[in-house]
Amino acid sequence: MLPKWFNEWNKANPTNVFGPAIAVGIVGSAVFVAALVVTWGNPYQTESMQTGPRGTGMSVPEYNVSRTAPDPTIEAYYTEEPYVPEGGEELAKDIYENVQVLGELTDDNFNRVMLAITQWVSPEEGCAYCHGDGDISEYGSDDLYTKVVSRRMIQMTQNINENWSGHVNAVAEVGVNCYTCHRGQNVPSDIWFNVTPVNENVGGWAAVQNRATAMSASTSLPSSALEVYLTDYDSMVNVHDLESRVAGVPGIDPDVATIQKTEMTYSLMNYFSNSLGVNCVFCHNSRAFYDAGQYTPQWGIAQQGRQMVIEMNQEYLIPLKDTYPAERLGPIYADAPKAACRTCHKGYQRPLQGMNVVADWPELASTEAPVYE
Amino acid sequence: MFNIEYQNIFTQVQVQGNPEWGMDDSGEMMAERGGKPFFSTLAGWIGNAQIGPIYLGWTGMVSLATGLIWFVMVGINMLSQVGFSIPEFIRQLFWLALEPPSPEYGLSMPPLDEGGWYIIASFFLLVSVMTWLLRSYLLAAEHKMGKHVFWAFASAVWLFLVLGLFRPVLMGSWSEAVPYGIFPHLDWTTAFSIRYGNLYYNPFHCLSIVFLYGSVLLFCMHGGTILAVTRYGGDRELEQIYDRGTATERAALFWRWTMGFNATMEGIHRWAWWFAVLTPITGGIGILLTGTVVDNWFIWAQEHNFAPMYDGAYGYEDYGSYEAFIGQEN
Repeated sequence: MLPKWFNEWNKANPTNVFGPAIAVGIVGSAVFVAALVVTWGNPYQTESMQTGPRGTGMSVPEYNVSRTAPDPTIEAYYTEEPYVPEGGEELAKDIYENVQVLGELTDDNFNRVMLAITQWVSPEEGCAYCHGDGDISEYGSDDLYTKVVSRRMIQMTQNINENWSGHVNAVAEVGVNCYTCHRGQNVPSDIWFNVTPVNENVGGWAAVQNRATAMSASTSLPSSALEVYLTDYDSMVNVHDLESRVAGVPGIDPDVATIQKTEMTYSLMNYFSNSLGVNCVFCHNSRAFYDAGQYTPQWGIAQQGRQMVIEMNQEYLIPLKDTYPAERLGPIYADAPKAACRTCHKGYQRPLQGMNVVADWPELASTEAPVYE
Repeated sequence: MFNIEYQNIFTQVQVQGNPEWGMDDSGEMMAERGGKPFFSTLAGWIGNAQIGPIYLGWTGMVSLATGLIWFVMVGINMLSQVGFSIPEFIRQLFWLALEPPSPEYGLSMPPLDEGGWYIIASFFLLVSVMTWLLRSYLLAAEHKMGKHVFWAFASAVWLFLVLGLFRPVLMGSWSEAVPYGIFPHLDWTTAFSIRYGNLYYNPFHCLSIVFLYGSVLLFCMHGGTILAVTRYGGDRELEQIYDRGTATERAALFWRWTMGFNATMEGIHRWAWWFAVLTPITGGIGILLTGTVVDNWFIWAQEHNFAPMYDGAYGYEDYGSYEAFIGQEN
């Protein structure tokens, strides 16, 4: 194919072209990539939020691509301003049958809230999801479990906004409503069920850890952290001694925390971090995790959040166990679905990136009759 | 651009021929040397091409047997935890562990399924490691060698004993021992540091890190120096010790002119040995003191004035708002 003189010249002048070719290829590729990064921007560029004093290395970095992108569920959020009553309107409890919550609302506002709940929780199934396919005159019936659960969830939402303002309005008025967890789904994502023991033929500590499960975020840490720390009012997360020397035997003296308990706390903290898309130093100075003098304000907010979740699980979610049909219960122990940080936060520091979801909904902000402004 | 001949990774010269069997001056020593020797070119790239024979002796036999029992015991326990499902065993292998007893049992013998197997397995591991340690002594004695390797291995065994025996006994609970599992023993390490208020403020942990990283540095300096003067016979280190040649002169000058001081052909090996040996010795002291003498190293460090307090605020409020970070205004 090639001219004869060229082949002969090649044969007479053997040259190793591979060495230089590889070198040129590597250098050329590097220059090409560098030019791309400079002209198009670094796709992995991060921005950091400093959370502690200079020199402590306390900062939460986040990729710009995810930092600046809005939470995709914000776009689908439905809201509507309330109809401020002029006085004298008939109230929902007088118009409809069996109105146990939201009875103090005017007809307009009652239907406004009902429509919104449909948009937030069952946009495809509509009213029928809770009220059945029957005539509107039968909407007072409690035959469907979805309606009974909804009522309890409305009470839970009111309780959170009313009594846990320190958590849900910590930075600015944000609040919660149905959409905070549901995001247009019948069953919210990131709910959890009991899974322990996870290992067979062993007892004690070995039975609840050393298994890649969803509850351990695929680590070998204990899978029981949420079961223990997010359902029990008396559970203690802290493991440290607050003096340099403390007497006692771990496991025998109740005040002396064990290595195993430390791993369980670690598992819970790992869950916190993943749920909010942050790291340890968002709340702690990691050189002294326990030291109250080196906490950030977020630590107190998270602390309240844990107490709030315990109350949600104990007072509202776990007692609904017998109300649910079997397919809504846990796959292993048929326990009630429970909530935790990620059920609302969905990986963001603030659910829905801090969008105020309570301003338009005074009906969900308080267990008392709503105050319209 | 550069001469590939001197940029090698592997040993350039390997000898393959009749296998070397070693001395047999008493006429009975061959009895305990097992395995037909053979040559491996692959092994020759990184060391001696001859593989075998191996001398086990009674210590080697006991050590291998008990070590195997420990290994199988851990494996069967892991297999049992996944209900004897082989696919699940493979899938979860790095997560599974044989855990030490639950904390409530203290130093008593727990039921088999709550740490009893761990105690039994640990006993076999103890026998295995100690007989292997003895083996390193006896083999050195038979070769009329110094016992440097024995002492070096003993320093590692010291750390092993602190972790699994001395410290749990002093703490009054076997639950303080380290689990036998790939990820679980790493969990233990992290939890251990966190539980006792940050091990980085433990001065013996600091020393151990210094010697560990120092060992790496010295190894690299020595290896680099010897390879660099190999062309002058520098790799014949023992000869260079008593008959200093141009290789030693050049290596010594290089370091003296670089940093004002140089080790000698003999002294560099003392440097390396002590750095390596002191790594587990200091580390073991640090572990032994943790939970027994000091329960919170950060507070201990504050009491001894080497954990500074930082002036300045904590929290997003002082460094930027949530909105600025998330990039979305309300």
